[in-house]
Amino acid sequence: MTAKAAGHDDEPGIAAGEAAAGTRPVAGARRAALGDPLVELLFRLGDDRLILGHRLSELTGHGPILEEDIATANMALDLIGQAASMLKLAGELEGKGRDEDALAYFRDAVQFRNCLLVEQPNGDFAQTMARQFLFDAYSVLLLDELSRASHAGIAAVAAKSLKEAKYHLRHSSEWVLRLGDGTDESHARMQRAIGALWRFTGELFVADEVEAAAAAKGAAVDLSGVQARWDTMVDDVLARATLRRPTDTAMQRGGRSGRHTEHLGHLLATMQIVARSHPGATW
Amino acid sequence: MEPTPNAPADETALNAAFEAKIAAGDSIEPKDWMPERYRKQLTRMMSQHAHSEIVGMLPEGNWITRAPSLRRKMSLIAKVQDEAGHGLYIYCGTETLGVDRFDLYNQLLDGSAKYSSIFNYPTLSWADMGVIGWLVDGAAIVNQTVLAKTSYGPYARAMVRICKEENFHKRQGYEICATLAAGTPAQREMLQDAVNRFWWPALMMFGPSDKDSPNSAELLRWRVKRKTNDELRQRFVNLTVPQAQAIGITLPDPDLRYNEATKNWDFGEIDWAEFFEVIKGNGPCNKERLAARNKAHDDGRWVREAATAYAEKQAKKRQTEAA
Repeated sequence: MTAKAAGHDDEPGIAAGEAAAGTRPVAGARRAALGDPLVELLFRLGDDRLILGHRLSELTGHGPILEEDIATANMALDLIGQAASMLKLAGELEGKGRDEDALAYFRDAVQFRNCLLVEQPNGDFAQTMARQFLFDAYSVLLLDELSRASHAGIAAVAAKSLKEAKYHLRHSSEWVLRLGDGTDESHARMQRAIGALWRFTGELFVADEVEAAAAAKGAAVDLSGVQARWDTMVDDVLARATLRRPTDTAMQRGGRSGRHTEHLGHLLATMQIVARSHPGATW
Repeated sequence: MEPTPNAPADETALNAAFEAKIAAGDSIEPKDWMPERYRKQLTRMMSQHAHSEIVGMLPEGNWITRAPSLRRKMSLIAKVQDEAGHGLYIYCGTETLGVDRFDLYNQLLDGSAKYSSIFNYPTLSWADMGVIGWLVDGAAIVNQTVLAKTSYGPYARAMVRICKEENFHKRQGYEICATLAAGTPAQREMLQDAVNRFWWPALMMFGPSDKDSPNSAELLRWRVKRKTNDELRQRFVNLTVPQAQAIGITLPDPDLRYNEATKNWDFGEIDWAEFFEVIKGNGPCNKERLAARNKAHDDGRWVREAATAYAEKQAKKRQTEAA
């Protein structure tokens, strides 16, 4: 051991509670300051679709039937296309010169604003379709509201995405019905999947300062109204699928402020590896 | 063909009519009488083609999650999706020959059916997505453009449609290669490495040399095939060399040179020992490819059962309501 290391000569005065020169004060705000609410809103919308689209794309070529491979790839394509439009618009509004690829490939997990639901692993086909259904129902209702936003750019991208989301919802709710009311095994698997994902649904409807500020800038969403309609829609499909609505009310949240489950980091590690290995390259 | 001596008289007449159609260049349609041997050869070729589309989803699917831009990610998903569509389309085409696609699919799963040897090579870098589009789809197009004039109508029509999409895939692949070639030194190196790995397997896609191709003579006479394996391979080399030159890529063959007399690009000897090993199931990824297809099939069993059970319940419900 060197004398220097033993004596801690060069270390800042941690023991005395002093901040080293030029560093931040030790007492800080509970939450990071809110940026442009429309950019935040578009990150939420875009990241939801990017991450879910990526999850679906993991399945390309591995589906239970060939027709479903085609359908899954189609939904992945729609979602990633929607994400690209939303992140492009976010980058333009942000004005820092980041395009959709810079936002998708060069942000870290804590900078992603997707909900926890979409980053959950594919699991079995029941889990994939349960996740899709729970999200699609939310997505259709949310995009329907946003398609009437007074902000023209957001209204346009929402209206275009809404058409695709309606098709996705039809597809995923049909699978919830088939699996829920299919065989004993498929029923058990679908019930388990709905149960496992339920705790990630509460977050979808939590209004925070972003919603309020975005509403003031021309992109209003009434999340409690969306939740009421989502409840009706989900209850109806679950009932017809002979499935029980989970009764647990303990919900996980954090995605909208960058506090994700551990799954997201692994997803991004895969997604971003080539782009980050060659910074500045064009593809 | 001489009618076999013990063939019934009506079959002799049918066979003569079939041969006359072939000679006149007419297409054979599902309802037409055809020799069993013709039916068998078509079933073999079309099912191998369909299997190749399905297995071919795997090496490219391997890079969907790592595609380096959103645009590339979307076009790769769309390409693999097209392959699923081609597979489905050709399986249905094969059913016009009186076989069940599920039986054919089971032959793929149990390893008794063949598919294109190229898909038993691993995809090791992003550049492989460009090179597969350029060389593998390029080779497929050379094959399929000729198959679009094949004597069996449903197969010919499927090829016309599929060729259009394959052309698009090839352009997309070549564009990835051109972008990498004009990119950073690391990107150029990645591309050259991918070309080095895929060049010879792409040449093998045309099948064994004519002198070792047992089915060729018969297939050519029936106008199922319109050109020999070696003719198509030469055509592919002639088309591809200038494309390599245009983006400054080296092809890994020291014997490659232009022959003024024949106006062909002469090329070196193919390692046929490697080709036959891969065909036999000993290629680098044969086991992985079949394992992946089997896993998807096994994992999906309960889903298919559920879909059937649900459909039956719904049908019963409709019956009850109607009664």
